[in-house]
Amino acid sequence: MSKLNKTILLAEDDFDYLFLVKFRLEAAGFDVITANSQKEAELLVNTSDFDAAVFDLMMENDDSGFVLAYMSKKIKPEVPVVITTAVAAETGMSFDNDNSWVKADLYLEKGVQAERLAEELMRLLGII
Amino acid sequence: MDKLRVLVVDDEFGIRSGIKRILDKFEVDYPFMDDPIGFEVSEADTGEKAIEMLEAEKFDIVLLDNKLPGIQGVEVLEFINSKKIDSKVVMITSYASLELAVRVTKEGAIDFVPKPFTPQELRSSLENITKQIFLRHMTTKLQKEGKQIRFQFLSMLSHELKAPVNAVEGYLNIIKEHNCGDNIAEYMPMIDRSLERLNAMRSIIMDMLDLTKIESRQAKNNVQPVDFCQVAKICMSTLQPMAIQKDVKIYLNCSGPVVMDFDPDDLEIILNNIFSNAVKYNKDGGRVDCNFTDNESNVEILVADTGIGISEEDQQKLFKEFVRIKTDETRKIPGSGLGLSIVKRILENYDSEISMESELNKGTTIKIKINK
Ligand SMILES: Nc1ncnc2c1ncn2[C@@H]1O[C@H](COP(=O)(O)OP(=O)(O)O)[C@@H](O)[C@H]1O
Repeated sequence: MSKLNKTILLAEDDFDYLFLVKFRLEAAGFDVITANSQKEAELLVNTSDFDAAVFDLMMENDDSGFVLAYMSKKIKPEVPVVITTAVAAETGMSFDNDNSWVKADLYLEKGVQAERLAEELMRLLGII
Repeated sequence: MDKLRVLVVDDEFGIRSGIKRILDKFEVDYPFMDDPIGFEVSEADTGEKAIEMLEAEKFDIVLLDNKLPGIQGVEVLEFINSKKIDSKVVMITSYASLELAVRVTKEGAIDFVPKPFTPQELRSSLENITKQIFLRHMTTKLQKEGKQIRFQFLSMLSHELKAPVNAVEGYLNIIKEHNCGDNIAEYMPMIDRSLERLNAMRSIIMDMLDLTKIESRQAKNNVQPVDFCQVAKICMSTLQPMAIQKDVKIYLNCSGPVVMDFDPDDLEIILNNIFSNAVKYNKDGGRVDCNFTDNESNVEILVADTGIGISEEDQQKLFKEFVRIKTDETRKIPGSGLGLSIVKRILENYDSEISMESELNKGTTIKIKINK
Protein backbone atom coordinates (compact mmCIF):
# COMPACT_ATOMS: atom_id res chain seq x y z
CA MET A 1 0.00 0.00 0.00
CA SER A 2 1.43 3.34 -0.97
CA LYS A 3 2.04 5.99 1.66
CA LEU A 4 -0.79 8.47 1.96
CA ASN A 5 1.20 11.02 3.93
CA LYS A 6 -1.71 11.54 6.28
CA THR A 7 -1.47 11.24 10.04
CA ILE A 8 -4.34 9.97 12.14
CA LEU A 9 -4.59 10.65 15.87
CA LEU A 10 -6.15 7.58 17.42
CA ALA A 11 -7.39 7.57 21.03
CA GLU A 12 -8.61 4.29 22.44
CA ASP A 13 -8.27 2.80 25.88
CA ASP A 14 -8.74 -0.82 24.92
CA PHE A 15 -5.17 -1.92 24.35
CA ASP A 16 -6.10 -4.61 21.83
CA TYR A 17 -8.58 -2.52 19.91
CA LEU A 18 -5.98 0.24 19.70
CA PHE A 19 -3.50 -2.20 18.25
CA LEU A 20 -6.02 -3.57 15.76
CA VAL A 21 -7.21 -0.22 14.48
CA LYS A 22 -3.66 1.04 14.22
CA PHE A 23 -2.72 -2.09 12.32
CA ARG A 24 -5.55 -1.61 9.81
CA LEU A 25 -4.94 2.08 9.35
CA GLU A 26 -1.25 1.55 8.77
CA ALA A 27 -2.01 -1.21 6.32
CA ALA A 28 -4.18 1.27 4.47
CA GLY A 29 -1.24 3.66 4.25
CA PHE A 30 -1.87 6.07 7.11
CA ASP A 31 0.61 7.21 9.70
CA VAL A 32 -0.88 6.74 13.15
CA ILE A 33 -0.15 8.39 16.47
CA THR A 34 -1.87 6.87 19.47
CA ALA A 35 -3.11 7.73 22.92
CA ASN A 36 -4.64 5.23 25.32
CA SER A 37 -6.49 7.64 27.54
CA GLN A 38 -8.40 10.87 27.28
CA LYS A 39 -5.63 12.56 29.21
CA GLU A 40 -2.95 11.45 26.80
CA ALA A 41 -5.11 12.34 23.85
CA GLU A 42 -5.73 15.85 25.16
CA LEU A 43 -2.01 16.40 25.22
CA LEU A 44 -1.62 15.16 21.66
CA VAL A 45 -4.56 17.22 20.43
CA ASN A 46 -2.77 20.29 21.71
CA THR A 47 0.77 19.45 20.71
CA SER A 48 0.82 17.32 17.61
CA ASP A 49 -0.01 17.58 13.93
CA PHE A 50 -2.63 15.28 12.51
CA ASP A 51 -4.95 15.23 9.54
CA ALA A 52 -7.85 13.39 11.14
CA ALA A 53 -8.74 12.06 14.57
CA VAL A 54 -10.49 8.95 15.80
CA PHE A 55 -11.71 9.10 19.40
CA ASP A 56 -13.24 6.34 21.45
CA LEU A 57 -16.33 7.68 23.18
CA MET A 58 -15.91 6.01 26.55
CA MET A 59 -12.50 6.15 28.11
CA GLU A 60 -11.87 7.51 31.62
CA ASN A 61 -15.17 9.30 31.32
CA ASP A 62 -18.37 8.38 29.58
CA ASP A 63 -18.02 11.40 27.37
CA SER A 64 -14.27 11.37 26.70
CA GLY A 65 -14.77 11.24 22.94
CA PHE A 66 -17.09 14.22 22.97
CA VAL A 67 -14.72 16.30 25.02
CA LEU A 68 -11.83 15.45 22.74
CA ALA A 69 -13.89 16.20 19.64
CA TYR A 70 -14.76 19.56 21.07
CA MET A 71 -11.14 20.38 21.91
CA SER A 72 -9.91 19.26 18.55
CA LYS A 73 -12.55 21.22 16.66
CA LYS A 74 -11.75 24.31 18.65
CA ILE A 75 -8.09 24.22 17.69
CA LYS A 76 -8.37 22.68 14.26
CA PRO A 77 -11.90 23.12 12.95
CA GLU A 78 -11.04 21.71 9.53
CA VAL A 79 -9.64 18.41 10.82
CA PRO A 80 -12.26 15.65 10.57
CA VAL A 81 -13.15 13.82 13.76
CA VAL A 82 -14.60 10.34 14.03
CA ILE A 83 -16.07 9.12 17.30
CA THR A 84 -16.19 5.37 17.81
CA THR A 85 -18.47 3.74 20.28
CA ALA A 86 -19.53 0.32 21.34
CA VAL A 87 -22.65 1.47 23.08
CA ALA A 88 -24.79 2.91 20.33
CA ALA A 89 -26.81 -0.16 19.60
CA GLU A 90 -27.61 -1.07 23.18
CA THR A 91 -28.52 2.29 24.58
CA GLY A 92 -30.73 3.32 21.75
CA MET A 93 -28.44 6.26 21.30
CA SER A 94 -28.57 6.67 17.62
CA PHE A 95 -25.83 9.00 16.66
CA ASP A 96 -25.92 8.80 12.91
CA ASN A 97 -28.88 10.97 12.22
CA ASP A 98 -28.63 13.39 15.07
CA ASN A 99 -25.18 14.72 15.49
CA SER A 100 -26.02 18.37 15.54
CA TRP A 101 -25.17 18.77 19.17
CA VAL A 102 -21.72 17.26 19.01
CA LYS A 103 -19.32 18.52 16.48
CA ALA A 104 -17.90 15.31 15.13
CA ASP A 105 -17.98 14.39 11.48
CA LEU A 106 -18.87 10.76 11.85
CA TYR A 107 -19.96 8.23 14.43
CA LEU A 108 -18.91 4.67 13.92
CA GLU A 109 -19.85 1.66 15.88
CA LYS A 110 -16.94 -0.40 17.09
CA GLY A 111 -16.84 -3.86 15.74
CA VAL A 112 -17.73 -2.41 12.40
CA GLN A 113 -14.70 -3.69 10.59
CA ALA A 114 -11.67 -1.55 11.07
CA GLU A 115 -11.26 -1.55 7.26
CA ARG A 116 -14.39 0.49 6.99
CA LEU A 117 -12.81 3.09 9.27
CA ALA A 118 -9.86 3.46 6.90
CA GLU A 119 -12.28 3.93 4.03
CA GLU A 120 -14.34 6.51 5.87
CA LEU A 121 -11.22 8.44 6.80
CA MET A 122 -10.11 8.52 3.19
CA ARG A 123 -13.52 9.84 2.24
CA LEU A 124 -13.42 12.52 4.94
CA LEU A 125 -9.95 13.52 3.84
CA GLY A 126 -10.99 13.68 0.21
CA ILE A 127 -8.58 10.94 -0.86
CA ILE A 128 -11.31 8.85 -2.43
CA MET B 1 -31.80 25.22 24.75
CA ASP B 2 -30.38 28.71 24.64
CA LYS B 3 -31.39 30.40 27.89
CA LEU B 4 -32.14 28.99 31.31
CA ARG B 5 -34.82 30.71 33.34
CA VAL B 6 -33.68 31.76 36.78
CA LEU B 7 -35.94 32.95 39.59
CA VAL B 8 -34.18 35.03 42.25
CA VAL B 9 -36.04 35.09 45.56
CA ASP B 10 -34.64 37.69 47.94
CA ASP B 11 -36.16 40.55 49.87
CA GLU B 12 -33.17 42.81 49.33
CA PHE B 13 -33.45 44.78 46.14
CA GLY B 14 -29.68 45.22 46.02
CA ILE B 15 -29.06 41.49 45.98
CA ARG B 16 -31.68 40.83 43.31
CA SER B 17 -30.36 43.47 40.98
CA GLY B 18 -26.79 42.42 41.72
CA ILE B 19 -27.53 38.85 40.73
CA LYS B 20 -29.39 40.00 37.66
CA ARG B 21 -26.46 42.14 36.62
CA ILE B 22 -24.01 39.26 37.04
CA LEU B 23 -26.14 36.70 35.25
CA ASP B 24 -27.21 38.93 32.37
CA LYS B 25 -23.61 38.94 31.22
CA PHE B 26 -22.82 35.33 32.09
CA GLU B 27 -22.77 32.36 29.77
CA VAL B 28 -21.83 28.75 30.33
CA ASP B 29 -19.93 26.95 27.64
CA TYR B 30 -19.59 23.20 27.87
CA PRO B 31 -17.58 21.01 25.52
CA PHE B 32 -19.83 19.60 22.83
CA MET B 33 -22.46 22.28 23.15
CA ASP B 34 -23.12 24.13 19.96
CA ASP B 35 -23.94 27.40 21.66
CA PRO B 36 -23.22 28.70 25.11
CA ILE B 37 -26.13 28.86 27.52
CA GLY B 38 -27.20 32.21 28.96
CA PHE B 39 -29.65 33.14 31.70
CA GLU B 40 -32.91 34.99 31.88
CA VAL B 41 -33.56 36.35 35.36
CA SER B 42 -36.92 36.96 37.04
CA GLU B 43 -37.34 38.29 40.57
CA ALA B 44 -39.54 37.70 43.60
CA ASP B 45 -39.21 39.68 46.82
CA THR B 46 -41.12 37.26 49.06
CA GLY B 47 -41.59 33.53 49.38
CA GLU B 48 -45.31 33.91 48.72
CA LYS B 49 -44.62 35.71 45.47
CA ALA B 50 -42.10 33.02 44.52
CA ILE B 51 -44.64 30.24 45.03
CA GLU B 52 -47.16 32.12 42.93
CA MET B 53 -44.64 32.47 40.12
CA LEU B 54 -43.49 28.86 40.39
CA GLU B 55 -47.07 27.69 40.02
CA ALA B 56 -47.58 29.80 36.93
CA GLU B 57 -44.32 29.40 35.06
CA LYS B 58 -41.42 27.04 34.65
CA PHE B 59 -38.06 28.03 36.06
CA ASP B 60 -34.95 25.93 35.55
CA ILE B 61 -33.13 27.35 38.53
CA VAL B 62 -34.32 29.04 41.72
CA LEU B 63 -31.88 31.13 43.72
CA LEU B 64 -33.48 31.20 47.12
CA ASP B 65 -32.63 33.35 50.12
CA ASN B 66 -33.61 31.63 53.29
CA LYS B 67 -34.36 34.70 55.37
CA LEU B 68 -37.49 36.21 53.92
CA PRO B 69 -40.04 38.54 55.50
CA GLY B 70 -43.02 36.12 55.32
CA ILE B 71 -42.58 32.42 54.78
CA GLN B 72 -39.01 31.26 54.85
CA GLY B 73 -36.87 29.96 52.06
CA VAL B 74 -37.01 26.44 53.47
CA GLU B 75 -40.77 26.50 53.09
CA VAL B 76 -40.48 27.51 49.47
CA LEU B 77 -38.08 24.61 49.05
CA GLU B 78 -40.59 22.29 50.67
CA PHE B 79 -43.26 23.57 48.33
CA ILE B 80 -41.04 22.87 45.33
CA ASN B 81 -40.36 19.36 46.60
CA SER B 82 -43.95 18.54 47.46
CA LYS B 83 -45.24 19.73 44.08
CA LYS B 84 -42.38 17.92 42.38
CA ILE B 85 -41.54 21.09 40.52
CA ASP B 86 -38.67 20.50 38.20
CA SER B 87 -36.41 23.34 39.30
CA LYS B 88 -32.92 23.20 40.67
CA VAL B 89 -32.72 25.15 43.90
CA VAL B 90 -29.69 27.04 45.12
CA MET B 91 -29.96 28.44 48.63
CA ILE B 92 -28.42 31.79 49.41
CA THR B 93 -27.66 32.12 53.09
CA SER B 94 -25.52 34.17 55.37
CA TYR B 95 -22.56 32.54 57.03
CA ALA B 96 -24.36 32.59 60.35
CA SER B 97 -26.85 30.03 59.11
CA LEU B 98 -24.39 27.78 57.37
CA GLU B 99 -25.70 24.84 59.31
CA LEU B 100 -29.14 25.47 57.95
CA ALA B 101 -27.72 25.70 54.48
CA VAL B 102 -26.17 22.30 54.83
CA ARG B 103 -29.46 20.93 56.06
CA VAL B 104 -31.50 22.28 53.18
CA THR B 105 -28.90 21.02 50.78
CA LYS B 106 -29.61 17.60 52.13
CA GLU B 107 -33.32 18.22 51.73
CA GLY B 108 -33.09 18.85 48.05
CA ALA B 109 -31.44 22.15 47.39
CA ILE B 110 -28.63 21.20 45.11
CA ASP B 111 -26.19 23.89 46.11
CA PHE B 112 -25.85 26.84 48.38
CA VAL B 113 -24.05 30.10 48.02
CA PRO B 114 -22.97 31.78 51.22
CA LYS B 115 -23.87 35.41 51.65
CA PRO B 116 -22.15 37.73 50.97
CA PHE B 117 -20.89 36.07 47.82
CA THR B 118 -18.52 37.15 45.12
CA PRO B 119 -19.71 37.19 41.52
CA GLN B 120 -17.34 34.30 40.91
CA GLU B 121 -18.94 32.15 43.61
CA LEU B 122 -22.33 32.75 42.07
CA ARG B 123 -21.08 32.01 38.59
CA SER B 124 -19.38 28.77 39.49
CA SER B 125 -22.45 27.49 41.29
CA LEU B 126 -24.59 28.32 38.27
CA GLU B 127 -22.05 26.78 35.96
CA ASN B 128 -22.25 23.44 37.75
CA ILE B 129 -26.01 23.41 37.76
CA THR B 130 -26.17 24.38 34.13
CA LYS B 131 -23.98 21.47 33.21
CA GLN B 132 -26.21 19.11 35.14
CA ILE B 133 -29.31 20.47 33.47
CA PHE B 134 -27.71 20.31 30.07
CA LEU B 135 -26.49 16.75 30.45
CA ARG B 136 -29.86 15.60 31.69
CA HIS B 137 -31.52 17.36 28.81
CA MET B 138 -29.20 15.58 26.40
CA THR B 139 -29.79 12.20 27.99
CA THR B 140 -33.53 12.61 27.73
CA LYS B 141 -33.14 13.60 24.14
CA LEU B 142 -31.09 10.50 23.51
CA GLN B 143 -33.53 8.15 25.12
CA LYS B 144 -35.57 7.73 22.02
CA GLU B 145 -39.18 6.78 22.54
CA GLY B 146 -39.10 5.87 26.17
CA LYS B 147 -35.99 3.78 26.05
CA GLN B 148 -34.94 3.95 29.62
CA ILE B 149 -31.60 4.29 31.26
CA ARG B 150 -32.74 1.41 33.39
CA PHE B 151 -30.61 -0.18 30.79
CA GLN B 152 -27.55 1.27 32.21
CA PHE B 153 -26.36 -1.97 33.67
CA LEU B 154 -27.28 -3.99 30.61
CA SER B 155 -25.67 -1.54 28.28
CA MET B 156 -22.53 -1.49 30.39
CA LEU B 157 -22.60 -5.24 30.34
CA SER B 158 -22.93 -5.49 26.62
CA HIS B 159 -20.21 -2.90 26.26
CA GLU B 160 -17.95 -5.00 28.43
CA LEU B 161 -18.77 -8.19 26.57
CA LYS B 162 -18.49 -6.58 23.19
CA ALA B 163 -15.04 -5.21 23.78
CA PRO B 164 -13.37 -8.64 24.02
CA VAL B 165 -15.44 -9.93 21.12
CA ASN B 166 -14.23 -7.05 18.97
CA ALA B 167 -10.65 -7.64 20.03
CA VAL B 168 -10.66 -11.38 19.45
CA GLU B 169 -12.50 -11.01 16.15
CA GLY B 170 -10.00 -8.42 15.02
CA TYR B 171 -7.07 -10.70 15.80
CA LEU B 172 -8.73 -13.68 14.14
CA ASN B 173 -9.31 -11.66 10.99
CA ILE B 174 -5.65 -10.70 10.84
CA ILE B 175 -4.67 -14.32 11.28
CA LYS B 176 -7.21 -15.52 8.75
CA GLU B 177 -6.02 -13.08 6.14
CA HIS B 178 -2.36 -13.84 6.84
CA ASN B 179 -1.79 -10.12 7.23
CA CYS B 180 1.54 -10.67 8.95
CA GLY B 181 2.99 -13.16 6.52
CA ASP B 182 3.24 -16.92 6.75
CA ASN B 183 5.35 -17.29 9.87
CA ILE B 184 3.06 -18.50 12.62
CA ALA B 185 5.33 -17.04 15.30
CA GLU B 186 4.28 -13.57 14.17
CA TYR B 187 0.76 -14.36 15.27
CA MET B 188 1.55 -15.80 18.70
CA PRO B 189 1.15 -12.52 20.62
CA MET B 190 -2.26 -12.05 19.00
CA ILE B 191 -3.31 -15.54 19.93
CA ASP B 192 -2.13 -14.97 23.50
CA ARG B 193 -4.01 -11.70 23.74
CA SER B 194 -7.12 -13.36 22.36
CA LEU B 195 -6.93 -16.05 25.00
CA GLU B 196 -6.44 -13.44 27.72
CA ARG B 197 -9.47 -11.52 26.51
CA LEU B 198 -11.56 -14.67 26.44
CA ASN B 199 -10.46 -15.41 29.98
CA ALA B 200 -11.56 -11.99 31.11
CA MET B 201 -14.85 -12.54 29.35
CA ARG B 202 -15.31 -15.77 31.20
CA SER B 203 -14.83 -14.03 34.53
CA ILE B 204 -17.50 -11.48 33.58
CA ILE B 205 -19.86 -14.35 32.87
CA MET B 206 -19.00 -16.08 36.14
CA ASP B 207 -19.58 -12.87 38.06
CA MET B 208 -22.84 -12.38 36.21
CA LEU B 209 -23.90 -15.75 37.54
CA ASP B 210 -23.08 -14.61 41.06
CA LEU B 211 -25.12 -11.50 40.46
CA THR B 212 -28.08 -13.45 39.16
CA LYS B 213 -27.88 -15.67 42.19
CA ILE B 214 -27.95 -12.66 44.44
CA GLU B 215 -30.84 -11.10 42.56
CA SER B 216 -32.98 -14.15 42.10
CA ARG B 217 -33.09 -15.34 45.68
CA GLN B 218 -34.31 -13.55 48.70
CA ALA B 219 -31.64 -11.61 50.49
CA LYS B 220 -30.13 -13.49 53.41
CA ASN B 221 -32.46 -16.43 52.97
CA ASN B 222 -30.04 -18.90 54.46
CA VAL B 223 -28.75 -17.09 57.51
CA GLN B 224 -27.26 -19.41 60.08
CA PRO B 225 -24.33 -19.50 62.49
CA VAL B 226 -21.20 -19.63 60.34
CA ASP B 227 -17.58 -19.97 61.29
CA PHE B 228 -15.88 -17.29 59.22
CA CYS B 229 -12.48 -18.92 59.60
CA GLN B 230 -13.79 -22.18 58.26
CA VAL B 231 -15.21 -20.51 55.15
CA ALA B 232 -12.02 -18.49 54.75
CA LYS B 233 -9.97 -21.67 54.70
CA ILE B 234 -12.10 -23.13 51.94
CA CYS B 235 -11.80 -19.95 49.88
CA MET B 236 -8.07 -19.95 50.36
CA SER B 237 -7.58 -23.45 49.16
CA THR B 238 -9.44 -22.60 45.94
CA LEU B 239 -7.06 -19.70 45.48
CA GLN B 240 -3.86 -21.64 46.16
CA PRO B 241 -3.10 -22.46 42.52
CA MET B 242 -3.22 -18.81 41.54
CA ALA B 243 -1.23 -17.84 44.63
CA ILE B 244 1.46 -20.39 43.90
CA GLN B 245 1.70 -19.23 40.33
CA LYS B 246 2.25 -15.65 41.51
CA ASP B 247 4.45 -16.75 44.39
CA VAL B 248 2.15 -15.00 46.82
CA LYS B 249 1.86 -16.37 50.35
CA ILE B 250 -1.46 -16.20 52.13
CA TYR B 251 -1.55 -16.04 55.91
CA LEU B 252 -4.77 -16.63 57.76
CA ASN B 253 -4.81 -15.45 61.35
CA CYS B 254 -7.67 -17.09 63.14
CA SER B 255 -7.32 -17.74 66.82
CA GLY B 256 -10.22 -20.08 67.20
CA PRO B 257 -13.57 -19.99 65.43
CA VAL B 258 -15.26 -16.68 64.67
CA VAL B 259 -18.93 -17.42 64.55
CA MET B 260 -21.88 -15.21 63.71
CA ASP B 261 -25.16 -15.41 61.81
CA PHE B 262 -24.54 -15.04 58.11
CA ASP B 263 -25.50 -16.65 54.84
CA PRO B 264 -22.54 -18.94 54.04
CA ASP B 265 -23.01 -18.48 50.26
CA ASP B 266 -22.84 -14.74 50.70
CA LEU B 267 -19.72 -15.06 52.81
CA GLU B 268 -18.05 -17.26 50.26
CA ILE B 269 -18.73 -14.80 47.44
CA ILE B 270 -17.41 -11.92 49.54
CA LEU B 271 -14.22 -13.65 50.64
CA ASN B 272 -13.52 -15.12 47.23
CA ASN B 273 -13.65 -11.69 45.66
CA ILE B 274 -11.58 -9.93 48.28
CA PHE B 275 -8.98 -12.70 48.54
CA SER B 276 -8.63 -13.13 44.81
CA ASN B 277 -8.11 -9.38 44.36
CA ALA B 278 -5.44 -9.46 47.07
CA VAL B 279 -3.63 -12.19 45.13
CA LYS B 280 -4.32 -10.97 41.60
CA TYR B 281 -3.20 -7.41 42.23
CA ASN B 282 -0.22 -8.47 44.31
CA LYS B 283 3.42 -8.46 43.29
CA ASP B 284 5.39 -11.60 42.66
CA GLY B 285 6.70 -12.81 45.99
CA GLY B 286 4.16 -10.71 47.89
CA ARG B 287 1.93 -11.67 50.79
CA VAL B 288 -1.67 -11.52 51.90
CA ASP B 289 -2.63 -11.31 55.56
CA CYS B 290 -6.16 -12.08 56.66
CA ASN B 291 -7.40 -11.37 60.14
CA PHE B 292 -10.75 -12.20 61.61
CA THR B 293 -11.57 -10.53 64.89
CA ASP B 294 -14.52 -11.56 66.97
CA ASN B 295 -15.56 -8.42 68.84
CA GLU B 296 -18.46 -8.20 71.20
CA SER B 297 -20.74 -6.34 68.83
CA ASN B 298 -19.22 -7.17 65.46
CA VAL B 299 -16.89 -9.29 63.40
CA GLU B 300 -14.04 -7.55 61.70
CA ILE B 301 -12.35 -8.86 58.58
CA LEU B 302 -9.03 -7.39 57.49
CA VAL B 303 -7.40 -8.43 54.25
CA ALA B 304 -4.04 -6.75 53.66
CA ASP B 305 -1.90 -7.26 50.59
CA THR B 306 1.51 -6.05 49.50
CA GLY B 307 0.42 -5.42 45.95
CA ILE B 308 0.28 -2.62 43.41
CA GLY B 309 -2.08 -0.44 45.46
CA ILE B 310 -4.73 1.96 44.26
CA SER B 311 -4.45 5.72 43.97
CA GLU B 312 -6.72 7.78 46.16
CA GLU B 313 -8.61 9.06 43.16
CA ASP B 314 -9.34 5.56 41.89
CA GLN B 315 -10.36 4.24 45.30
CA GLN B 316 -13.58 6.21 45.12
CA LYS B 317 -14.73 4.50 41.95
CA LEU B 318 -13.99 0.86 42.59
CA PHE B 319 -17.25 -0.22 44.12
CA LYS B 320 -19.14 0.74 40.99
CA GLU B 321 -19.97 -1.90 38.44
CA PHE B 322 -17.44 -2.60 35.68
CA VAL B 323 -14.83 -0.25 37.02
CA ARG B 324 -11.34 -1.50 36.44
CA ILE B 325 -8.18 0.50 36.81
CA LYS B 326 -6.32 0.54 33.55
CA THR B 327 -2.58 0.63 33.94
CA ASP B 328 0.27 -1.31 32.41
CA GLU B 329 0.27 -3.46 35.53
CA THR B 330 -3.41 -4.36 35.46
CA ARG B 331 -3.79 -4.83 31.72
CA LYS B 332 -2.79 -8.46 31.81
CA ILE B 333 -4.80 -9.33 34.88
CA PRO B 334 -8.16 -10.72 33.90
CA GLY B 335 -11.19 -9.43 35.74
CA SER B 336 -14.71 -8.24 35.22
CA GLY B 337 -14.80 -5.10 37.30
CA LEU B 338 -17.82 -6.60 39.02
CA GLY B 339 -16.24 -8.23 42.07
CA LEU B 340 -16.23 -5.30 44.46
CA SER B 341 -19.65 -4.12 43.36
CA ILE B 342 -21.00 -7.58 44.11
CA VAL B 343 -19.36 -7.51 47.53
CA LYS B 344 -20.86 -4.13 48.23
CA ARG B 345 -24.26 -5.30 47.09
CA ILE B 346 -24.26 -8.28 49.41
CA LEU B 347 -23.00 -6.27 52.36
CA GLU B 348 -25.85 -3.82 51.91
CA ASN B 349 -28.15 -6.61 53.06
CA TYR B 350 -26.33 -6.76 56.36
CA ASP B 351 -25.59 -4.15 58.97
CA SER B 352 -22.05 -3.67 57.82
CA GLU B 353 -19.33 -1.37 56.56
CA ILE B 354 -16.60 -1.83 54.02
CA SER B 355 -13.63 0.47 53.67
CA MET B 356 -10.27 0.45 52.00
CA GLU B 357 -6.85 1.86 52.65
CA SER B 358 -4.31 1.77 49.94
CA GLU B 359 -1.04 3.22 48.82
CA LEU B 360 0.30 2.93 45.31
CA ASN B 361 3.06 0.33 45.05
CA LYS B 362 2.77 -0.52 48.74
CA GLY B 363 -0.46 -2.44 49.06
CA THR B 364 -4.10 -2.41 49.91
CA THR B 365 -6.08 -3.25 53.02
CA ILE B 366 -9.76 -4.03 52.83
CA LYS B 367 -11.67 -3.78 56.07
CA ILE B 368 -15.13 -5.19 56.55
CA LYS B 369 -17.09 -4.78 59.75
CA ILE B 370 -20.28 -6.73 60.22
CA ASN B 371 -22.45 -5.93 63.19
CA LYS B 372 -23.94 -8.83 65.07
N1 LIG C 1 -6.29 -5.59 46.39
C1 LIG C 1 -6.24 -4.77 45.32
N2 LIG C 1 -5.08 -4.16 44.96
C2 LIG C 1 -5.03 -3.34 43.90
N3 LIG C 1 -6.06 -3.07 43.09
C3 LIG C 1 -7.25 -3.65 43.38
C4 LIG C 1 -7.40 -4.52 44.50
N4 LIG C 1 -8.69 -4.93 44.53
C5 LIG C 1 -9.30 -4.33 43.50
N5 LIG C 1 -8.44 -3.57 42.78
C6 LIG C 1 -8.76 -2.73 41.61
O1 LIG C 1 -10.17 -2.56 41.59
C7 LIG C 1 -10.72 -2.97 40.35
C8 LIG C 1 -12.09 -3.53 40.57
O2 LIG C 1 -12.03 -4.73 41.31
P1 LIG C 1 -13.18 -5.79 41.15
O3 LIG C 1 -14.49 -5.07 41.23
O4 LIG C 1 -12.95 -6.89 42.11
O5 LIG C 1 -13.05 -6.29 39.66
P2 LIG C 1 -11.96 -7.16 38.89
O6 LIG C 1 -10.89 -7.58 39.82
O7 LIG C 1 -12.74 -8.30 38.35
O8 LIG C 1 -11.46 -6.23 37.83
C9 LIG C 1 -9.72 -3.95 39.80
O9 LIG C 1 -9.78 -4.01 38.40
C10 LIG C 1 -8.40 -3.41 40.30
O10 LIG C 1 -7.93 -2.41 39.42
